Amino acid sequence: MRVPLPWLREYCDPPLSTADVERRLTMTGTKVEAVHHHGVADVANFVVGHVEACDAHPDADRLRVCAVDVGAAHPATIVCGAPNVAAGQTVAVALPGAVLPDGTTLRPAKLRGIVSEGMILSETEIEVGAGDEGIIVLAENAAPGTPLSELLAIAADVLELEVTPNRPDCLGLYGVARELHAATGAPLAPAPWLADPGSAGPLDAVDVTVRCPDLCPRFTARVLEDVTVAPSPLWLQARLIAAGQRPISNVVDVTNYAMLLTGQPLHAFDLDRVEGAELTVRRAADGEQVTTLDGQTRTLDAGMVVIDDDAGPTSIAAIMGGERSEVHARTTRVVLEVANWDGPAIHRASSALGLRSEASSRFEKGLAPEQCDWAQAVACALLIELCGARLLPGTVDIDAQRPAPAPITLREQRVSAILGVDVERGRQAEILAALGFASEPVAEGLLVTVPPERRNDVTREVDLIEEVARIDGLEDLPARLPARRGAAGRLTHGQRVKRRAEDELAGRGLHEAVGWSFADPAVLDRLRLAPGDPLRDVVTLRNPLSESQSILRPTLLSSLLDSAAHNAARTGPDLALFESGTVFRATAAGLAEEYHELAALLCGALAPASWRGQAGGADFYSAKALLEGLFGALHLSFTLSREEWPFLHPGRSAAIEVADARLGWIGEVHPLVAGAWDLPGAAGFALDLDALAVAVPRDLQFVPFSPYPPLRRDIAVVLDSGTSAGDALAAIRGAAGDALKDARVFDVYEGEQVGRGHRSLAIALTFAAPDRTLADSDVDPAVERIVAALAELGGTLRG
Amino acid sequence: MIERIEQLRGEAREQIAAAGDSAELERLRVAWLGRRAELPLLLRSVGELPPEERGPVGRAANEARRELEALLDARASELAARELEASIEQGAADITLPGAPPLNAGSLHVITRTRRELEDIFLGLGFTVLEGPQVETVHYNFDALNHAPTHPARALTDTFYVSEDTVLRTHTSPMQIRAMQAHPPPLYVVIPGRVYRPDSDATHTPQFHQIEGLAVDEDITLADLKGTLLEFARAVFGDRREVRLRPHFFPFTEPSVEVDVSCFNCEGRGTLRDGARCPLCKGEGWLEVLGAGEVDPNVFAAVPDTDANAPGYDPERIQGFAWGLGVERIAMLRHGIPDLRLMFENDVRLLEQF
Repeated sequence: MRVPLPWLREYCDPPLSTADVERRLTMTGTKVEAVHHHGVADVANFVVGHVEACDAHPDADRLRVCAVDVGAAHPATIVCGAPNVAAGQTVAVALPGAVLPDGTTLRPAKLRGIVSEGMILSETEIEVGAGDEGIIVLAENAAPGTPLSELLAIAADVLELEVTPNRPDCLGLYGVARELHAATGAPLAPAPWLADPGSAGPLDAVDVTVRCPDLCPRFTARVLEDVTVAPSPLWLQARLIAAGQRPISNVVDVTNYAMLLTGQPLHAFDLDRVEGAELTVRRAADGEQVTTLDGQTRTLDAGMVVIDDDAGPTSIAAIMGGERSEVHARTTRVVLEVANWDGPAIHRASSALGLRSEASSRFEKGLAPEQCDWAQAVACALLIELCGARLLPGTVDIDAQRPAPAPITLREQRVSAILGVDVERGRQAEILAALGFASEPVAEGLLVTVPPERRNDVTREVDLIEEVARIDGLEDLPARLPARRGAAGRLTHGQRVKRRAEDELAGRGLHEAVGWSFADPAVLDRLRLAPGDPLRDVVTLRNPLSESQSILRPTLLSSLLDSAAHNAARTGPDLALFESGTVFRATAAGLAEEYHELAALLCGALAPASWRGQAGGADFYSAKALLEGLFGALHLSFTLSREEWPFLHPGRSAAIEVADARLGWIGEVHPLVAGAWDLPGAAGFALDLDALAVAVPRDLQFVPFSPYPPLRRDIAVVLDSGTSAGDALAAIRGAAGDALKDARVFDVYEGEQVGRGHRSLAIALTFAAPDRTLADSDVDPAVERIVAALAELGGTLRG
Repeated sequence: MIERIEQLRGEAREQIAAAGDSAELERLRVAWLGRRAELPLLLRSVGELPPEERGPVGRAANEARRELEALLDARASELAARELEASIEQGAADITLPGAPPLNAGSLHVITRTRRELEDIFLGLGFTVLEGPQVETVHYNFDALNHAPTHPARALTDTFYVSEDTVLRTHTSPMQIRAMQAHPPPLYVVIPGRVYRPDSDATHTPQFHQIEGLAVDEDITLADLKGTLLEFARAVFGDRREVRLRPHFFPFTEPSVEVDVSCFNCEGRGTLRDGARCPLCKGEGWLEVLGAGEVDPNVFAAVPDTDANAPGYDPERIQGFAWGLGVERIAMLRHGIPDLRLMFENDVRLLEQF
């Protein structure tokens, strides 16, 4: 909503600068988004002139040389190119030094050999009108030299307001003036609709039927005859331009002006183009087509309302008029329609049609039926004044009456209870009165009657408290802390585990990614998911922004692959990323199942090339090392069991299990899947973090360790390649007895020395006893048992 | 015999003094004092001497041995010190070479960092952290939050629908109801989480993150909201920040306010030191950071009485405040990130900056 400040000041004129007006409005709930300046920046050097002589330019056919009295000692010589300039005219003149709205400073300039000492102005040059066919000719009674700003609105500050959806009353300038009145205490001029030239009573010139009173609670119409369509006077044009509207003709401009002032849209029909002088308001038929003012054909549905005459639809109610009944240059009889429409229905219709207009954006918020009277009064008075119109007596008024709501009790004590600051009863009444609410004192406080234009918004005591608070209370509100009875202020175990896990991965060199919840359904194929795979039970959006964002991700793997592909294409494929986020699975009924997943993805080299050797690449084992680090940090152990996933390398993947519960997967991404994301290869894991958190111990108990140094023994055993390291270690642990504290593979050798089909595992054995330093002889029997157990697996000791 | 001892002693002294390094010195130690060296042999054979010679020879030999031992030790420390000095001199590292093997610095996403920081501020103020479902019912997302059946936010253009009565939550506010359903008053919670709206441009992405706050008891006022958010503003933007509440409109709070924090870039003046307009607050001196208000009585009325929340949330007895803030907005303000869409690209060149 753009509000030219001089216009606003006509109704409420506080002794405040533009900046202070802006501040007061903003701090009382009508946010000023911006202050624009309309027209010239400085009114100096714009004056009224009188053309005393006007002669042809000796060297240019289309230029005239004028002698213009500008109130100075001598007339100014001004070269003018306008076709309509003539001696005897009173004109608008810019003198040297004047700054035009486009920023140029006027200087004396030679035009074809003659120095021009100023410029005779057109409407568009100073943004006071839309006419561009020549110079402005002013009324003759203005004295030469009079500042132009006294006659024309050549400069105005314009407030751009953010009006919240509950306040359509502020989509009219008088509503903003009332706010300014309440916010500053400056007097408010009487409402401009109090003097209505019209009358109630029957009106025969037009016949109106409303078939859908649910969508059209009120419809009023008046008829004006002897209308002369012409351009509007400049004061009106200037105001419309400053408010962001294009002047069209006096009739249309008056309807727009009345809307800007009252907040109530209205529409003028050419009565001679309304077939049968009949208007019928009805629901559209599904699929019905109407051609609107902009020449477009629109397809309607049964939730929309059209206005028919005898020849069919003339407009889409509340949204856009029809071409057929439009006011035009030779219009003489006008039907002025001012109606009230159901806000939500208009909102739905304008959204569905993709058509938002100044009218629909007001109607959709729900206006008061009483506002119809305001707009009729303002528009009729102006049509009479500006278009020479004669208003026929009577008003068509089809009004589905509604009961006035009951007054609301505002308890004085309740105001301070909610705000935390006292506003005394007298002040409450004063604020409410300034905002247009009537109130009378009752025992507990005030009994308040809500004015029509606020009835949608203010229905309860707490709404009145807000009215009081926003005018007085909020600005000087003290800052206190609540009592916080019973407030604890701590994270849950699960929340702490989540943070610890994320920190661990970040600490190990991974960057956390935050990907999209949205995914492309094609991702399911790229992940090689078979039909019927549970991961295909995705949540699908009904109204996605695009097909590629139409499902919710069933796994973080696809998000991470997206992030990895983005980076691989820009800075190369060496990446270590993790994500901690929600994944979704559709269920047969009710809401989706949501899991908090933690996933890591490694691609390419694990560390940059170094002058002291090359780090390994991302593979199953590097992913497992990361997983071990993570579980170590969480004080949790896991086991892997061989398992295949469609998106993982079948030989290099496993299920992660904790206490026999499956919590996720680990492995190398299937080469076909990596290829689908243009990655050379990748490895990673994913875990159900919610389930993991349950398994993570809450309290750690001290485990005693021996004060005596441990004894380490290394052995190398040659085993069949098919025997896993895990089997060997299990055999060792089973045979060793209590003194063995740790058994760990630290080297693997495959090659000629051990023969094809075999490999050698070097295993570090660590023994310790709680009560003494072990000697070699103490562990020899255990080592012998270990060797025997390995032999049972077909293993032989090397070296 | 004594002469021989003195001779050995003299020779040894010279050689020890001349020893050039520790290895040579060790050889000398063996040569002069080893098992087969002359002086120890002589000492061992003292018993074979005539009784009158035993005393003087033994003493002389012992004395000689002790002196040589002392000389060897002294020379050894001297040489060791010199050698250490030489090795230190030679072994200087090129301190400008990169560390090896290289260790990557990882990072938490700026959204996570910011979210955790905000959580911590409110934890410190006594709030607990709750999370809730992102796929939400229309009831919790709109109906129970006092949105009229025709409220525009429900439109397909403003909300992602999964089914007729299921949406992707458009805010974290549905958890207000879920939290009150599960816990009795008093209640102090913050609810971080991902939310969704069908917008896409430099300042809107179809997903973003909010932190909802809810404080409910019998006497929680708008002044308490202001104090709580003042603590938040100072923790995030600096100790000199002020907050102001501006009236606004939200369906689920009444009164509703927008909360501005004095600009940390220009100290709330609107202009920089050189007189130029502050680019961050655009000369206003204030930055809009969140929406808030006193919980609307209709929201309390929408909370069902359950076994878990007795005595329930009677709007005549219970009141409180709520706010919803955008995590990305805070992160962008603080770190100067110009485009919201950068947040979800996961370009490592952005990730590694935080």
